Parts: sequence; C-alpha cells; structure tokens
Amino acid sequence: MSLLELKDLTIHYFTDEGVVKAVNGLSLSVGAGETVGLVGETGAGKTTTALGIMNLVPNPPGKIVSGQILYNGEDLTEKNQIEMRDIRGRQISMIFQDPMTALNPVLTVGDQIAEVIRLHEEISRSDAYIKAAEMLEMVGIPAERLGEYPHQFSGGMKQRVVIAIALACNPKLLIADEPTTALDVTIQAQVLKMMNDLKQNLGTSMILITHDLGVVAETCDKVAIMYAGEIVESGSLEDIFHHTAHPYTKGLFESIPSLKKDMKRLKPIKGLMPDPRNLPDGCSFCPRCPYAKEECASQDPKITEITPGHFVKCPYWKEVHLNREDL
Amino acid sequence: MYKYILKRLIMLIPVLIGVSLVVFMMLEITPGDPARQLAGSDASEEAVEQLRDELGLNDPAATRFVRYMWNACHGDLGTSYTTKSPVVKEIINRFPTTFTLACLSTLIAGCTGILLEIISATHQYSFLDRFATLFALLGVSMPVFWLGMMLIVFFSVKLAILPSSGFSTPLHWIMPAVAVGYRAAAIITRQTRSSMLEVIRQDYIRTARAKGQSEKVVIYKHALKNALIPVITVLGLQFGAGLGGAVVTETVFSISGLGKLMVDSINARNYPMVQGGVLVIACVFTLVNLAVDVLYAYLDPRIKSQYGGRVKAKKLLKNKNEAKGGGER
Amino acid sequence: MSEQVQLDKKKSMKEEKIRAFMKNKLAVAGAVLLLTMIVLAALSPIIAPYGFDEQNYEIARQTPSLQHLAGTDELGRDIFSRILYGGRVSLTIGIISVGIGLIFGGSLGVIAAYYGGVTETVIMRVIDVLMAIPSIILSISICAALGSGIVNTMIAVGISSIPTYARVFRSSVISEKSKEYIEAARAVGAGNARIILKHILPNSIAPVIVQASLGVAQAITTAASLSFIGLGIQPPNPEWGALLSSGRQYIRDFPHMVVYPGIAIMLTVLALNLIGDGLRDALDPRLKR
Repeated sequence: MSLLELKDLTIHYFTDEGVVKAVNGLSLSVGAGETVGLVGETGAGKTTTALGIMNLVPNPPGKIVSGQILYNGEDLTEKNQIEMRDIRGRQISMIFQDPMTALNPVLTVGDQIAEVIRLHEEISRSDAYIKAAEMLEMVGIPAERLGEYPHQFSGGMKQRVVIAIALACNPKLLIADEPTTALDVTIQAQVLKMMNDLKQNLGTSMILITHDLGVVAETCDKVAIMYAGEIVESGSLEDIFHHTAHPYTKGLFESIPSLKKDMKRLKPIKGLMPDPRNLPDGCSFCPRCPYAKEECASQDPKITEITPGHFVKCPYWKEVHLNREDL
Repeated sequence: MYKYILKRLIMLIPVLIGVSLVVFMMLEITPGDPARQLAGSDASEEAVEQLRDELGLNDPAATRFVRYMWNACHGDLGTSYTTKSPVVKEIINRFPTTFTLACLSTLIAGCTGILLEIISATHQYSFLDRFATLFALLGVSMPVFWLGMMLIVFFSVKLAILPSSGFSTPLHWIMPAVAVGYRAAAIITRQTRSSMLEVIRQDYIRTARAKGQSEKVVIYKHALKNALIPVITVLGLQFGAGLGGAVVTETVFSISGLGKLMVDSINARNYPMVQGGVLVIACVFTLVNLAVDVLYAYLDPRIKSQYGGRVKAKKLLKNKNEAKGGGER
Repeated sequence: MSEQVQLDKKKSMKEEKIRAFMKNKLAVAGAVLLLTMIVLAALSPIIAPYGFDEQNYEIARQTPSLQHLAGTDELGRDIFSRILYGGRVSLTIGIISVGIGLIFGGSLGVIAAYYGGVTETVIMRVIDVLMAIPSIILSISICAALGSGIVNTMIAVGISSIPTYARVFRSSVISEKSKEYIEAARAVGAGNARIILKHILPNSIAPVIVQASLGVAQAITTAASLSFIGLGIQPPNPEWGALLSSGRQYIRDFPHMVVYPGIAIMLTVLALNLIGDGLRDALDPRLKR
C-alpha cells in the first residue's frame, strides 16, 4: 500500500469573480521512500494540491469539493483541524517557495525549529533547543547561529532553515513546493543535493513540486505532469522522459532549448493555459494540442495505463509516442 | 544603539533652536502690545513706554532672540508678564497635571484598544467584532471636546456623580481621561486591526500552521508579536501628543494644565510664557518620539541590528554547551 | 490598434478600483452620507426653515420640537438652520485647508524627495521643526498671529497640515523614484519636470488621496476646536465649533444647544473616515482578495 494516495481530488475556490477550478479529479500515489515530481506550469494547481493534502487551503474561498486523500489508509479529508495538527509537521511536512518570507522575523531561528519539535514531542525546552541545534548542523548551518534572526541569513540559508524545520520531527512525507525556484542556480544545486542526502538518510518520501524538468531528472523516481488541475501523464522517470505519451509533456520537452541540436527558433507550446474559471469542455489541453481531433473538444479523455505504472490521459498517445524526437 | 541615541539627542538642539525661532517669529507678527496690555488701557503713553523698556521690548529682534536663547541655555525662560513669576516655575506647576492626564488616557487607550482588537481578531464577524468596529469608527469621528461636554452633561448634570471641572481628585480625572482616551483607544484599535490583517496574510503564518501549531498560538505568538510593534509606537505617539496638546480638553474641563496655559498665554500676549511653554512642549514631544523610535528598534530585531544592537545569540548556545558537557564544539 | 489596447487597459484599471470601492458597503454609505451633507450645506439658503441669524427672544432656548428640529439658542435662533449654514463654512474650511496643505506640503515633499541631497536635508529639517510642535498648538499660534476669521483659520489649519503632506508625498516619491520605470524614462531623455508630473505623481497619488480624505475630517475638527477656544471663527458665524463654544455656557440647563452641532461634526467626520478607509482598501494594490 502506498504512503499517500490522492483519489479524484477536486478543490475549488469560490470567489466573487466565479468558481476557480484549481484541482479537478486529481489522482496520484506516493510510495514509501519515493520522490514524486509534480510538474506543471504556473497556474496548473500544484500548490493548491499541496495545500489540500495538508488541509491548509485558505478557507474562504477554497474548499475540497470531493475526492479522498488517503494517508496510510486513513482519509485526511475526514479529519478535523485538531487531528490534522497532529499530522502537520510530524507525519507530513511542507516547505514553501519563498524562503525570504517563510520565517517569522521576530523569532530566532532556534525558536522556530524548537517550536515544531516541542509541538510534537514530549520534550523539555532545553532538549528541544539541543535537537534544534542538531538539525541546523544537519542542514549545514553552524549550530552557534541558533540565536540569530532570519534577516541575518541569506536566501539559501533561510531555505535550509525551513528544511530543518520541516524535517525536525522526521516526517514520513515532505511536500516541497518549488523549494529552489527563488534561489540562485548554484545554491539551487546545493540545496537539492542536501535534500536528497537527507531524504536518503531519513527515509522520507517527497513530493517535489517544480516547473523545472532538469530538477526532476536529478531528484525524482516518479513524475506526474499536471495541467489545468489534472494529472495528464504520470509514470517513472524513465517512462516520462524516454517514452513520453501526452502531447503536453511532449510540448514541454520540446520547448527546452537543446545544447546538442542546432536550433534556430525556440518551440513554445502555442496558446495559454486556460482560465480556471472557464475551463473548456472536453479535454482541457485540446485548444493547444497539435494532435487534437474533433471529439477532443467535447469528450473528456479517460486515463489509460500504457505500461504498468505509466498512465496517460489521452486517447491518441500512440501518435505522440511514435512521433517523439529523441532528447 | 547608544551611538544612535546620542546622535538623535544631539539633533535635538538644532530642532529646539528652530522651534524657538518659529515661535519667536510668529510672536513678532502677532498683533498686540504686551506692554500696553499689562499697563492697562488708561495708562499714560510714557508709562507704557517705560514698561516696554523694562521688558526689553524696544531692542532689535535679533538681540532679543539671542538674549532669549542665551538665557534658555541657563535654564531661565523669562518671567511671565501676567503673574510675574518665572516661566519655568509656572510650567513645572502645570506639568504634573498634563502628565497625569496623558498617562491615564494612554493607559485607557492601550488596554482598551489592544484588548478589543484581540477579541475581534479571534472572533471575526461576531457581535463583538462588529461592536469593536463601530466603537472605533465613532471614536475617531467624535470631536474630543464634544465628547467631554457630553460626558459632563450626562455624569455631572444629569447624574451628578462626577465633578465637571478641576483635576484635584481621582474622581476629577475620570471624565477627561475617558474623553481623551476614547479617541486614542479608537485609533489604537484601528491600527491594531490593520496591522493584524497585514501580518496574518504573511507567509510565515502559513509556515506556523504547516508545523501543526494551534490557531490560538499562531495568533498570539506569531501574529500578535509582529503586529503589535507598529501599534506600540502609535501608542507612544499618542502619549506624546497628549502631553503637548490636550488643549481643548483642558479647556472644557477647566483643568490648569500646560495646554490651557498655552491658550491663555497666547490670548494675553504673554510672550515669555508662550515661548517657554512651546519650547518645553516641543522638547518633551521630541524626546517622546525618540523614546518611541528606540522602543521600536528594540522590539523589532531587524531594526535593532541595523542600529548596531547586539542580538543575543550567545546565551542559548551557552546553555546548550553546558547541557552537553561542553563537548564537541 | 495598440493605442486602443492602451486606452482600454487604463480605463479598466480605474474601473476596477472604482468597482472595488463600490463593493465596500461602508465606504459607499460614507460617500452617500458625505454627499448628503454637502448637498444640505450647499442648498442651505433654500432648505433652511429659518435664517441663520433670525433672532426671536420669545422662543429662546427651546428644546427640539417639530418647528425647531434642533431647538433654539439663547437668542432665539433656530439651531438646525444654523447647523445647515454652518456646514458651508466647516466643509469649505476643511477642503481648502487640505488644499493648502496638499499644494504646499506636497510641493515641498516632492522636491525634497526627487532632488535629494542638500535640498532634501534642508526641507526635511524644517519639516522636523514644524513637527516638533504639536499641531494644535501650531495652529493656535498661527491663528493668534493672524487673527480670527474664515480665511485666517483656513491658512492656520492648512499650514499646520503641511508637514503631514510633505511627509506622505516624500515617502511616496522616494519609493517610486527607485523603481525601474523611472530609469527607463530617463534613459529615453525625459526631463525632470516631465518625469515628476507624468510618471511619479500619478503613481504616488494613492496614499495621498487616502490621507487627504482623512485630512479633511481632521481639518474640520481642528477648525471647530480653534473656534471653540475663542480663536478661529467667532459667533455670530454659525460654524460648528463656534456653535459649540457659544452653547457651552448653557450646558447645564439647555444641553441640546451643544448636542446637535456636535452630532453634525461627528457625522461629517464619520462619512469622511468611511470614505478614506474605503479608498485605502480599494487603492491598495497589495490587497488582492
């Protein structure tokens, strides 16, 4: 049984300007010790999915409309806030995109790490601080800096502190929402490597949300491609990268400029992601799809399992598969 | 940090000179002859002229100003034209009254304002929340002196339980303090509210929730600590303003405080009193502002380190090392 | 074609802000209330049941009744009519004083912020000196120096508000000045005046508008306070503060003379505060709900 399983999750935001259908019938599974990459452009609904798992979707206006979030067999959507608080930080942790604003400016770094420890463990204040110091060392920050304030750290170090907080109670699942997007490329590499090492040492599973396929290639075991609130293709790293089956995924790969080939023009995917308040009938990718057929505009495609573990939400995946150019 | 404070204190001097200059110039252009006023309308022209000489009013303006400043540096702010006693003495007599009023009203404002707002924040959209909003709106809209008069009408005239003028007993203090304090409380409530609203939207609040922290602690420990910083400074500023300017309230309640002294002196063309009074008020006001800035820097670690304050990192580590037996580090 | 797109964009941003303001029920209520007060004040000669100085000793000091909605004062004048007429004075003073503060304070603030250096230091030191004196005392001093009367009151209140507007403009301009679009404008050869007028000012306006609407409220209250203590505007002019001042001696036996003018002030200030709050919420780009 997998650690986390999302079944047909649907999350909508009910705003004055209409219903924003952020996540629509999303299904995903994460096994123990696995790193699953959740890939998609901005606006695809990745952050909402992550917040949904933690039940942190801002409550007006957002709501989990339907679906199940099975963690170790238990449905998280049925839990109340008090039960969720037990889970947050201890079983499932989350780190957010912008390290600059994720830490409370008036509390020391040590306070903030110790806080999560004391929330979930029966431990004295001084022991909590000792543990916090150990966490700092683990993420590569000297323990003496326990008493310093967030503004005294650089962006990359702040993100490490955030990671320290997230991993302090040894959660089984870490959800990382674009953890390195706001960082310089060199720092990015450092932080990713550190996350990988920690993950292996502690045996944590991870959902890594990103729009960067390069990051995915380096760190993930499984990949899920998200578009307009749905998973359009998912499978192992090998499946997605070498046996691409969905037109959108193919489009993503082709839009990356290649160092090997002689390219004169970039090849973007034409059009824009649909407005989540106004999703098209039928397949949501259809308006931009080079393989679109007549029925695509009116019939929402079913999910097909091409090879064990490799799922695609497109009836014409064979054409995409065959037409794939080599990366 | 101390360097910063010292620098600000030094800056005080040019500001005070500037203030004196402004007041001096305004008094120069104010019509009315203090000598004539003192001597009376039927005194002879020679008597008035003699009085002018005595008061030094015939000297050129620059001389008078420099002489004034020189005396001021020695603690001599001149002698009141009307009471013939030293200006400094008059001010010191009145100061405790104004100070008490300012303290009381600030206390009322702080407690009521912050309390009300915390309740609102934790019980959003409830009756208490709406009440607090209304309370605050009315408080900033009501003229303070009108509120004072309404209080007098109700408590002194209709119910006859509170005295309507003077400041001698604590019973006398209630209405003026409430009149000034209500408005200040309203301002604090609004400030706390907008501050909280802004803080609650911040990412680090989301981080705190993601740790599994309970909502109560999120609000009190994380949000409030950040939100209160600007509020405390507003409170301090209210106190400063109260010191200098509960002018109209003092008039309504016939309280002999600094504010009323100023108004009466201006009307009587009592130049030394006005100059001395405004100078002292400006000085106190500026000092209070400085204190508020220092307090702000003290509360917000980001600003503190900017001004060179030491941020205490060592203590925590020392404890930890001791606990570990001072081993590996 | 692109011009059309430009125009549409500009219009829709303004529209969006207006719409945001309209959604705020309290703000709209405030606007309606203010409009009512303005209309009542403007039309006072027509709608006031009596003249503002129509004296009639026989009916002096009467409590409110159907013929005299707010009662009569010590000289038999109808207080309601006096309040209506007084509205003209109070509102005018409020608006013009803020105008004075905006123009002079604003210019100082913009010049200080834009040119920086010595200019800025000098101007800001002067502002600091002015701010060291509590504004009520400042306005009292100026009023005493100039004498009473409507114009002098406007000048006094206006001048004492200059530091506030200087600061608001200055901080606004400073934050805009460092933004890249200003650099871009300079890079294509725009002169200083043009940059200030066309680029910086329109973008700095939001906090100023909020401050101004709250400022009118403050100005009205300050003017009333000045009249109340005997400076500012004197009876028989029915300015609201003057009404309170003359009614004060009768507070024991005839409190109605003091209650109603105060309510007038309160309602006007309330309306302006609601509008100011609404504007602040609508114009703040960060508050995207």
